[in-house]
Amino acid sequence: MRKPLTIRTIQALIRFALLVLILLIQQVILAQDKGALKCGTDFEGGIPYIFGDKDDPRSLVGFEVDLLAALEQELGRPIDRKHAAFDSLLPTVRRGDVDFVMNGIEITVENRKQADFTRPYYLYQLQLIARGNETRKFTTLEDCEKLKLRVGTLNGSAAFRVLDATDDIVTKGYDDQEGPFKDLVAGKLDALLFDVPIALYYVIQDNKIEHRKKDFPGLKLVGRPFAEGQYGIAVKPGSDALRAELDAALGRVIQSGEMKRILTKWHLWSLDQYQLYDEPAVVASESSGLAFGQYFVLLLKGAWVTIQITIVSMALAVALGLPLAMMRLYGPLPLRWLATGYIEFFRGIPVLLLLFFLYFGLSELIGVNLDAMTAAILGFGLNYAAYEAEIYRGGIQSIPLGQWEASASLGMSSGLTFRRIILPQSIRVILPPMTNDFIALFKDTSVVSIISVIELSKQYQILTKTYGQFLEIGLTTAALYLIMSVPLGYLSRYLEERWGGKAM
Amino acid sequence: MSWSITLTNVTKKYGERTILDDISLTIPAGETVAILGPSGGGKSTLIRCVNGLNTFDAGEIEVGPHRVGPTGPKGVITRIRQSFGMIFQDFQLFPHFSVLENITEAPIRVLGERPALVRERAMLLLKRVGLADRATAYPRELSGGQKQRIAIARALAMNPRGLLCDEITSSLDPEIKTEVLNVLEDLKRDGMTLVLVTHEIGFARRVADRVVVLCDGRIIENGPPASVLDNPQSERMAAFLKCVMG
Repeated sequence: MRKPLTIRTIQALIRFALLVLILLIQQVILAQDKGALKCGTDFEGGIPYIFGDKDDPRSLVGFEVDLLAALEQELGRPIDRKHAAFDSLLPTVRRGDVDFVMNGIEITVENRKQADFTRPYYLYQLQLIARGNETRKFTTLEDCEKLKLRVGTLNGSAAFRVLDATDDIVTKGYDDQEGPFKDLVAGKLDALLFDVPIALYYVIQDNKIEHRKKDFPGLKLVGRPFAEGQYGIAVKPGSDALRAELDAALGRVIQSGEMKRILTKWHLWSLDQYQLYDEPAVVASESSGLAFGQYFVLLLKGAWVTIQITIVSMALAVALGLPLAMMRLYGPLPLRWLATGYIEFFRGIPVLLLLFFLYFGLSELIGVNLDAMTAAILGFGLNYAAYEAEIYRGGIQSIPLGQWEASASLGMSSGLTFRRIILPQSIRVILPPMTNDFIALFKDTSVVSIISVIELSKQYQILTKTYGQFLEIGLTTAALYLIMSVPLGYLSRYLEERWGGKAM
Repeated sequence: MSWSITLTNVTKKYGERTILDDISLTIPAGETVAILGPSGGGKSTLIRCVNGLNTFDAGEIEVGPHRVGPTGPKGVITRIRQSFGMIFQDFQLFPHFSVLENITEAPIRVLGERPALVRERAMLLLKRVGLADRATAYPRELSGGQKQRIAIARALAMNPRGLLCDEITSSLDPEIKTEVLNVLEDLKRDGMTLVLVTHEIGFARRVADRVVVLCDGRIIENGPPASVLDNPQSERMAAFLKCVMG
């Protein structure tokens, strides 16, 4: 039965109307897109740059948030903020994922290799920070060097390069702003070197400063600020039109006194900042690219750390796995539950979380301060012990019951049978997955960078973040991993043949 | 010196099923007894109870001077195992040990004998089972008949008072069975107590002094091979024989 004409007409009209509506919405979105600029910034960039409002964590505040608002006004275009980790801001703009990035990025020779910069919007200096009860006297970088201090700062920052250029300072790089402060308070570091804004907000106890960090009491600034530099907005290399547009807008924000108002509001204004009014003449810092020999030595050091963590963690896991498997297989009920609980727990939680807990949690919880290396080894050892226990269990259970019976019929005790008959035979079954795990662990160790252990992958990140040269350093790093893991594979195959062959 | 075995009212159940139903049986020292019967009749369970690989639910088992009830005691079971060897259908040699190590392991580790002494004895035993040239071989390099002869040598190395053999020729080719049978006849001549669980009538007829037939957990025949096999008293035995002989 055909529907009446009127109904068909109405249906056709509705369809047409929907189509028009969709086209309209598309037009509106496109129109908006055309005018909006995408700004990449780290939402966890930290105080006072850009951070979650303590009264309303969903909204972001900070002096750079205010600057973005002022730029929106001057440009007459909306700016969409996109999150990217601080380390990846420059690669992000380089790839063209965003139009520009702004997050306390220093205008340095290295950074200028990756992106083009606008005129500066803030002049920073570096500041040393120490514990309030510090008795050693140091006020300059040279003092730190003489005392061979452990000094922490952000990876990829100008401060990191300054520290790294010294011979005797032990430089510790972090991906987040809080980490080094935690470690300074915990005594894992002797001092910090940060840009003045961060030092100000984390250390100065001034009730007028809103959002002041109260989590790290008892710190002090030592010595005078030094090593002046500039923050600029970074754009994709070659996008001169956009840079000129931003330069002009920044110029208007500065000339109108708006910049001074924003910086004053955030307690960052100083007489030095009047230099911003000058037409920019970019200050180049002196360092440049690294030669092969320079970074290769650093990568080798990282590789050695990787090897140490892998071998010691695996030894721990293999040693711990056997008693766990035996408890699970033959233990009395409470022990069996305990072993099962251990295995399920450690297999079930991410090793990342475990590392965080061991490194930061333990010191907060019971005041035990593990150094990063110990925490890393313990973390992987405990985690992999759960996997190795299951491998042992599978191997032991693969031996036929008849072997137990034959041994029993010869009067052998179950302990003797396990040690002499069952375990040696199960090695053949256990070895292949275990060597597999060993190679897997070897690569998994790259995770430990989050608790500031500098192994091979981390060393690669640090070097490329600081000096660029992604391709050559990346290839060298990959080559080092291969040089280590390929022989490992051959070794495991040899062991399998040697130990396994006899038991066939 | 061989030992005797005596079962008194032994009962074994798996859930509802009764595997051994109030079995009483005496095997005098030095006798060779074949235990026959249909599959599932309880033959294997019977000898596994004797050396404690299976527990039982009621009754008592006496092996030489040792006496165990349904649950042990464990120490006594270990004593019995040390002095009464067991041979399995599927050999169960230790694959990661050489032939010689298979034989010397238990005497050295369990009895604490001097390794040099044990090795000397092991070589004599290998000679006795006709495999003196395979001392350094690994089990995977041996044929089935050779493996079973090594298993016997392994049991003999403990200087046992008797052997329990669970279907030890069942997985061997007919021409290979002879190798193993020859060894058993040799042991029988020495006066060792031998309990042979089998379903092969010919095997029983050839070596046994006495045939015990188990069916549904009960002994239905017990006597010399000639009378049991050629002139069965019970109808069920006649039926069983007819079935086995075709």
